[in-house]
Amino acid sequence: MIRVQREDFDAGAELAALTAGRTDIGGVAAFVGLVRDFVEPGAGERPAAIRAMTLEHYPGMTEKAIAGIEAEAMARWPLRAVTIIHRYGRLEPGDRIVLVACAAAHREDALHACAFLIDWLKTKAPFWKLEDTGDGTRWVRAREADDLRAQRWEKG
Amino acid sequence: MKILYFAWLRARTGRAEEEVAPPPEVATVGELLQWLRGLSPGHGEALADLSVVRVAVNQEFAKPETPVAAGDEVALFPPVTGGGGRGSEP
Repeated sequence: MIRVQREDFDAGAELAALTAGRTDIGGVAAFVGLVRDFVEPGAGERPAAIRAMTLEHYPGMTEKAIAGIEAEAMARWPLRAVTIIHRYGRLEPGDRIVLVACAAAHREDALHACAFLIDWLKTKAPFWKLEDTGDGTRWVRAREADDLRAQRWEKG
Repeated sequence: MKILYFAWLRARTGRAEEEVAPPPEVATVGELLQWLRGLSPGHGEALADLSVVRVAVNQEFAKPETPVAAGDEVALFPPVTGGGGRGSEP
């Protein structure tokens, strides 16, 4: 199940729904991404506090890209069910941004698929973040560390 | 051909989308980007460093050699930053 939405989500309710009526699931691995109130400065940058963040996305392509990433996870691991929810719009520190939950017969598959999904969502789904530090706004630059984390899942 | 601009590419070109009719010799994403650069000073600035511009054709990630044609939806945007993270404007 994939949802791209402005509204908040209830992670507990989503996990309950993922496994409702199922007796073939041995474990669920979940990741919830939140808005932090700080940034670690890069070289030559000042530390800054985050007041708010606005997530922009590409309606239409976003859903397709996430579906493609989900299909890749289903092909790699024997998953029983997957929930991916990604929010957009204006978010404040402490707000939930993203939920990834994977259900499988065995924990290893659920845990690996969950890590894979969040790594690929960060680098392959069309979202962009505009940070508001109080001194103005700036677009968040893609991180090389995120690219490297995503690349470790590349085959070949 | 419809061009969509996202994030700072929208800010720098001053538009979210536009209809364009490139000449017939513009057949690939790479050629389209070169042609778009000349449309206005804003386009030139937004597309000055193509290493930080990503492209999707009809909602699929594309490469410089990906073909483009009339009727396509071509989106231009910075490298994506979903989930959580940080950084600054290039």
